Amino acid sequence: MAEFRQIGWKASVPTLVIVLLAAVPPFLSSYWVGLLTQIMIFAILAMSLDILLGYTGLPSLGHAGFFGVAAYTVAVLATAYHAGFWTCVASGIIIGTLLSAAFGLLVSHVRDVYFLMITLALGMVLWGLSNRWITVTGGDNGISGIPRVMTGPITFYEVTLLIFIGCTALMMLFISSPFGFTLKGIRESESRMKSLGVNTWLHCYLSYVIAGAFASVAGVLWAYYNAFVGPTYLDLTASSEVFLMVTLGGPGTLVGPALGAGAIVLLKNVISAYTQRWLMILGAIYIMTILGAPQGLWNLRRRSRSRA
Amino acid sequence: MIYIITQTLNGLFSAALLFLIASGLTLVFGVMRIVNIAHGSFYMLGVYVAYTIVARTHSLFLGTLAAVSAVAAAGFVVERLFLRRFASQPLAQMMMTMGFALLFRDAAFMIWGGDPFTLPYPSALRGSIEANDIVFPMYRLFVVFVAAVVGVVLWALNEKTLIGAKLRAAVDDAEMAAGTGINVALLSGLVFAAGAGLAAFGGVMGGPILGGYPGMDLDLLPLAFVVVIIGGMGSLKGALVGSIVVGLIDNFGKALVPELSYFTLFAPMVIVLAIKPTGLYGRV
Repeated sequence: MAEFRQIGWKASVPTLVIVLLAAVPPFLSSYWVGLLTQIMIFAILAMSLDILLGYTGLPSLGHAGFFGVAAYTVAVLATAYHAGFWTCVASGIIIGTLLSAAFGLLVSHVRDVYFLMITLALGMVLWGLSNRWITVTGGDNGISGIPRVMTGPITFYEVTLLIFIGCTALMMLFISSPFGFTLKGIRESESRMKSLGVNTWLHCYLSYVIAGAFASVAGVLWAYYNAFVGPTYLDLTASSEVFLMVTLGGPGTLVGPALGAGAIVLLKNVISAYTQRWLMILGAIYIMTILGAPQGLWNLRRRSRSRA
Repeated sequence: MIYIITQTLNGLFSAALLFLIASGLTLVFGVMRIVNIAHGSFYMLGVYVAYTIVARTHSLFLGTLAAVSAVAAAGFVVERLFLRRFASQPLAQMMMTMGFALLFRDAAFMIWGGDPFTLPYPSALRGSIEANDIVFPMYRLFVVFVAAVVGVVLWALNEKTLIGAKLRAAVDDAEMAAGTGINVALLSGLVFAAGAGLAAFGGVMGGPILGGYPGMDLDLLPLAFVVVIIGGMGSLKGALVGSIVVGLIDNFGKALVPELSYFTLFAPMVIVLAIKPTGLYGRV
């Protein structure tokens, strides 16, 4: 009976969330609809990093790079080349994924802090490119005027919601597959997985590429949502914001990082209305998270439950 | 030919600055395994503090002294109060330094505003040296010389002194070192402070040419990281070789393909990583 109730609980909560998310927009002002859209976009990004950080144990500090490159691809194609909508979407995702496939070759054999440093450097190289390759990226000014493809914030919200549900479902499926379990095994003990005959390099590589692909999806959405792309979307601050979303929410849970994304995006928007000191507050949240809940908020809940 | 020689000399100047900064980063990593994201912030704070003191006292020497000691003190406090409790948890420590990097960045912006500035040249080093049509500013040569001195001092400190021996013992096996009566915690704090001080010193040395501006912390950080990745994390010799490689490539890259200047850094890193993932002189 208890088991049945648990399954019912497990299925009913996501359904309830989806129904709520689908039903609320008409009752909200366009500001809040926009905010919810942002949250879902960043939730996709944060969950994609969670695949790496939480499930595979690979701390990537350059994850915003793929998000940014996909967004830039859309921006460049849509403004300079006047490419069609689907061309832009497909190219954004494909180029972001190809880039992660290329970077993956460089990083998949390193672990821990080395992985961290190298992904940080790679991310900064992308940022440098966006900042200095002015003929293509517009440098510091970024690229504005990405054509709106959907009428009204509510339509965009609904499309984002569909993509969000799709991506979340795919990622959940992915992490609960044998492949996902192997990733967790690598996180816990790579040498043991190796001796079981698992090609750990390939698993880490694929995990990296898949995370990059989902980040690219978020990037494409962001380009269309924001209608503007600039270097600040792929710099170290952006990457560390995503990193914080995952750590604050709870790595290795998917739900946690999505909620973390919600918390950070909300805070950022609310606080930015009152003060210019967002970076300082972000830094403070970082420090407090590490001091107070280093395993993330969602994992706190789980721990207290298992203790009880 | 003259062009190449001048650019090489400029590259060596960049290399000297990079060495000052990256040696601190690699030192901290070697001893504590801390990936210090706040290293660029220490560099930035160094320039800003020096700027304030020089504006008050008109003494570059006092400015340098104040910058290095203030930033080293800040580093010491950060290590003792915040990083020490997460010893051997590299991810938590990295995130802690990330938090401080953001904090310092915004604090510097709040205190000093967004206007870029440069430090004054020391009056004795204002001119330039001419030899066979090659004109090279004295100050840049001076910085190369200073970096060489710092490199030798660091090497001697590490290899020839008691504190260096203790340090090497702590690197090899912190627990055993503590067992023999070495105060590893204090040592770590001092190393972190020294790393921060070196970054600040590098900032001040580059101050008359590169100056200070908002965002300089994150401009520098990837360069320092690439140096350390190429040279091997934790290796002083690696920092030296890495900074020469990166300094020269960055300089020629900027001169030849300015648009891709940042991207040219990528090539040596990729090559080194492909051949030797731990960097040229890194230990696993």
